[in-house]
Amino acid sequence: MAEITLAGLGHAYRLDPRQPSDFALQPMDFAFADGGAYALLGPSGCGKTTLLNIMSGLLRPSHGRVRFDEHDVTAKSPGERNIAQVFQFPVVYDTMSVFDNLAFPLRNRGVAEPEVRQKVEEVAAMLELGPDLRRPARRLGADAKQKISLGRGLVRADVAAILFDEPLTVIDPHLKWLLRRKLKQVHERYRRTLVYVTHDQNEALTFAEKIVVMHAGRVMQVGTPQELFERPEHRFVGWFIGSPGMNFVPLERDGHGLRIPGTDHVLPDGLVGPGAGRIELGIRPEHLRITAGPSADGVPVAVERVEDLGNYALVTAKLGSATVMAKLSEDAPVMPGQAFLRLPPAWTRLYLDDRLIH
Amino acid sequence: MDKIENNKAWFLVLPVFVIVAISAIIPLMTVVNYAFQDIFSPQDRYWVGTEWFESVLADDDLHGALIRQFVFSFVILLIEIPLGIALALAMPARGWRASLALVLMALPLLIPWNVVGTIWQVFARADIGLGGWLVNALGIPYNYTSDPVAAWLTIVVMDVWHWTPLVVLLCYAGLRAIPDAYYQAAAIDGATPWKVFRHIELPKMRGVLLIAVLLRFMDSFMIYTEPFVVTGGGPGNATTFLSIHLTKIAIGQMDLGPAAAISIIYFLIILTLSFVFYNVMTRMGTGERA
Repeated sequence: MAEITLAGLGHAYRLDPRQPSDFALQPMDFAFADGGAYALLGPSGCGKTTLLNIMSGLLRPSHGRVRFDEHDVTAKSPGERNIAQVFQFPVVYDTMSVFDNLAFPLRNRGVAEPEVRQKVEEVAAMLELGPDLRRPARRLGADAKQKISLGRGLVRADVAAILFDEPLTVIDPHLKWLLRRKLKQVHERYRRTLVYVTHDQNEALTFAEKIVVMHAGRVMQVGTPQELFERPEHRFVGWFIGSPGMNFVPLERDGHGLRIPGTDHVLPDGLVGPGAGRIELGIRPEHLRITAGPSADGVPVAVERVEDLGNYALVTAKLGSATVMAKLSEDAPVMPGQAFLRLPPAWTRLYLDDRLIH
Repeated sequence: MDKIENNKAWFLVLPVFVIVAISAIIPLMTVVNYAFQDIFSPQDRYWVGTEWFESVLADDDLHGALIRQFVFSFVILLIEIPLGIALALAMPARGWRASLALVLMALPLLIPWNVVGTIWQVFARADIGLGGWLVNALGIPYNYTSDPVAAWLTIVVMDVWHWTPLVVLLCYAGLRAIPDAYYQAAAIDGATPWKVFRHIELPKMRGVLLIAVLLRFMDSFMIYTEPFVVTGGGPGNATTFLSIHLTKIAIGQMDLGPAAAISIIYFLIILTLSFVFYNVMTRMGTGERA
């Protein structure tokens, strides 16, 4: 086990990168703490798989170093750097039994057979593969195969980290949560460093202690699920996390402060300070309150659509010239037409040129 | 809705019946006709029962041809399959080198069989052929028109040159279909190149290898044109394989009855062996025991 440090790490697929857009991964510094459960979350093409493949050694970075504790492993092959990886599609050795699959990484490293047996049986019990140990691996379903892939990482005592590259893509929905729970159990029991790449925020939020949100080859924010939800540091994080994402309303400066265009609602100017730049108000749909009747701090809005989505109602409303979405409980009914919106100050964030300032 | 009962469906399968009848059943039955009768003309024919079969099965020439044929096909599979796999593994995976290698590999397959025979007939000649002359110049006596071993070598080398590329192309396609993740997982698991071959590449190539073995077996078992052009079955009977023997009986001697009997035996051997190969190879590694 080890702390994984990325020092000035970046990657460009072309040979002489000149500008930031030439990089699949922008040069960055980051450290994965020993024993942590991390998710790399971002849309397709954001560089998360590139980062994962650099950590596992499948890809040699064009810039910077990778260190496991004190050891520089940048130039080492995957076999030499003691890492395990679970891929998008289950990889099992078709000719072997489940037992031999799990034993494969140990036997390749010359581990004595009694120890192999003991480790394999322990891991198989943990992953509930015990009854299938003697069966050919290719006869198993995708979920069991993915457990074998995971198991090949768990049997090795020397693994610095286990990396997951969207491992639940081909798993049936009803089995996904079972496997996710299994992963959590594995993490609690073994305390290995786990790094999990996904574009599915639900997977990231339920699995990880810390989430690394990536966009266009950059790390946008690192935080707990709660931090990402409550204080997105960048407009992208607010928009990407949550369903629907954070509402952003452009603000304009006037003599009194920051005004929502087309309304009388004004926020104090002191929060931003002087200077140019695009200022936006950000608030989660979950934190907006819309009532039919006026209230002291209510801003008039025009409700355009109310969708009943089972356990909540999704309300689309026009706030001045901006459109906002609100998630309301079903027992607070609002009808299309005139209504009043409350923006709780505790949940209202301000963004200057896409970055959180308050 | 009531079930409609009539025989219209037969019209839908009729085209298949007609095609199969014309392409397989009628020609085969013609041969069967000749195998059990002595036919001089449509009016003048006599039932001979299994007489032709008994006589050809007792014929030493057929035994000789059959043994040569089995040895030849066995040698061909033994060389071409491993060589094809090895070449496919050695070929570049992508880029212009891959395209170039593919074109070079495909070239022998594009040459008509009798042209292949002619090329090698000339190339291997001891007097004016580059290859034959060179071998003799190196001090190794080599003359395929007089030495049975040289004749066999020439035909085997020619077949390997002509048909190994087919095995290579099939294996190459099989190899390219293996997802990168398998190689990556193997690298992470610390597998040696041999283990990657044994546990990933070979199992993933099973389907194409089955096709390659079947095609190469059937084709080599039926080989006719190339040895006919190069050696004409000689020296003596040294390279008289089954097809050449059959043609000698049927066209050379016009013994249509025995020729028909040999044809049926020939057909049954290929059918049986292909069936056995197919079953053995599809079952290989699919049992519960790993």
